[in-house]
Amino acid sequence: MVGVPSRHRSLALLAGVLLTQVLMLAVQVKRDSRGRLIRVWSMTAVTPFEKGGAWGFGKVRVVWDHYFALQGTTRQNEELRNENDELKLEISQLRSKAAEGDRLAALLNFRQTRLKVPMVMARVIGASASSASHTVEIDRGERDGIRRNMAVITPDGAVGKIIECYRGTAQVLLLNDRDGGAGAMLVGSRIQSPVKGTGEPMLSMSYVAAEETVNAGEKIVTSGMDKIFPRDVPIGTVLDVKQGNPFKLIRVKPAARLDRLEEVIVLLTQGPVDFKNDADEQGAQPAAGNSTPATSGKPAAEKP
Amino acid sequence: MNDTFELRGGESHIEVHKFFPGAVVGIAVLSLVLQRILPVYLPRLEILDLPLLATIYFGLSRRNPSTGLLLGTVMGLLQDSLSGPTVPLGEYGIAKTVIGYLASSIGSRLDTEHPLARFALVAVFYVVHQSILTIVRRLLLNEPEAWFNMHLAVAALVNAVLGVVLFVGLDRLRRSS
Repeated sequence: MVGVPSRHRSLALLAGVLLTQVLMLAVQVKRDSRGRLIRVWSMTAVTPFEKGGAWGFGKVRVVWDHYFALQGTTRQNEELRNENDELKLEISQLRSKAAEGDRLAALLNFRQTRLKVPMVMARVIGASASSASHTVEIDRGERDGIRRNMAVITPDGAVGKIIECYRGTAQVLLLNDRDGGAGAMLVGSRIQSPVKGTGEPMLSMSYVAAEETVNAGEKIVTSGMDKIFPRDVPIGTVLDVKQGNPFKLIRVKPAARLDRLEEVIVLLTQGPVDFKNDADEQGAQPAAGNSTPATSGKPAAEKP
Repeated sequence: MNDTFELRGGESHIEVHKFFPGAVVGIAVLSLVLQRILPVYLPRLEILDLPLLATIYFGLSRRNPSTGLLLGTVMGLLQDSLSGPTVPLGEYGIAKTVIGYLASSIGSRLDTEHPLARFALVAVFYVVHQSILTIVRRLLLNEPEAWFNMHLAVAALVNAVLGVVLFVGLDRLRRSS
């Protein structure tokens, strides 16, 4: 048997005796409210392993949950997709109702500020079945006092005119139809020229002499010369101007959203409708003396 | 406790002392008893650590680390147990175990018979002893304890002086080889 040097023996003995006494101390001593020191030490010694174990188990659980225990996940995913679709639809419906509320509020406001003007509010219930034709069907007709060639507008501006009228419904020819159009004039220069539909979203102003000055962005309103629309109903804005001979080629962006009509107003008279304030808000600058006073009550032109 | 001391091979130039039978036990018990009694009548003598002086003396004389640390352990644990319930067992035990080991280790290498050497050794051992106590109290017992103050220095000097005197008296308990 190999003998252990006495120096090492005594060192080992020293370490053993000290350790024994330290442990003895730990058993006896209470540290604050955390219990006996031996418990504190034990907890301190064990805690890192517990934390490590908890971390490891957590990782294992994550791996298990995310990569192995996927039973039912597909079904749950499908349910969530369905629920998501339903929620999307519901949100879409709510947005649509909110937008409808805004539009109706605008119409109501328009109507209330022009109580003296006879008009009928109508809901668009159908559109043309042909892409070549730009007409819509509204839910008001003869029994509501609607007749052919009555003007149809929105608070934004001119929309078109009634081309067919039935007992409870009517058809509206939109301004952007190839056969659509209205007597118009440039707000700034008061140059008059009809605005016609092109079958495309934009309108055209065809009979402005080449020597006239027309700028993009200039406002265009109805002139009242067509015996359909009252004067100063906004038609649109000059989008661009090309020099032609003998007339300029002017493209006009409609003021009303002709592609998104849902509610419209049918004017039961050709008497003046005060769009002046709206036109002012849009930057229109009607020339003094040429605009018909909104309160005059006299139509700009009598319907034949 | 064994009163017989043997000479180790590599330490033949150091004299190993033997004591009369029962001297070590008797001195140890006496130091513990006096440590408890003296401060009752003379509070200033609380500055003395008689069990420590006994441990140092027998450690230096015995020159065997194993028996030296065991003697220190026994002395310390007895001092702890006699100090009341507020002192946990092991507080002085640890300190005196280390001192017993150091004293016997140094005693086996140096001539510790000279009064000046004894004075220095007792002073140093006292400081080490108190330092160990401070460490134990601060780290293990979580008790506020100053690392150093003038009381420690004075106590070290007083115990060193007393140690030199006592050690001369204890030398008389040695048996002539």
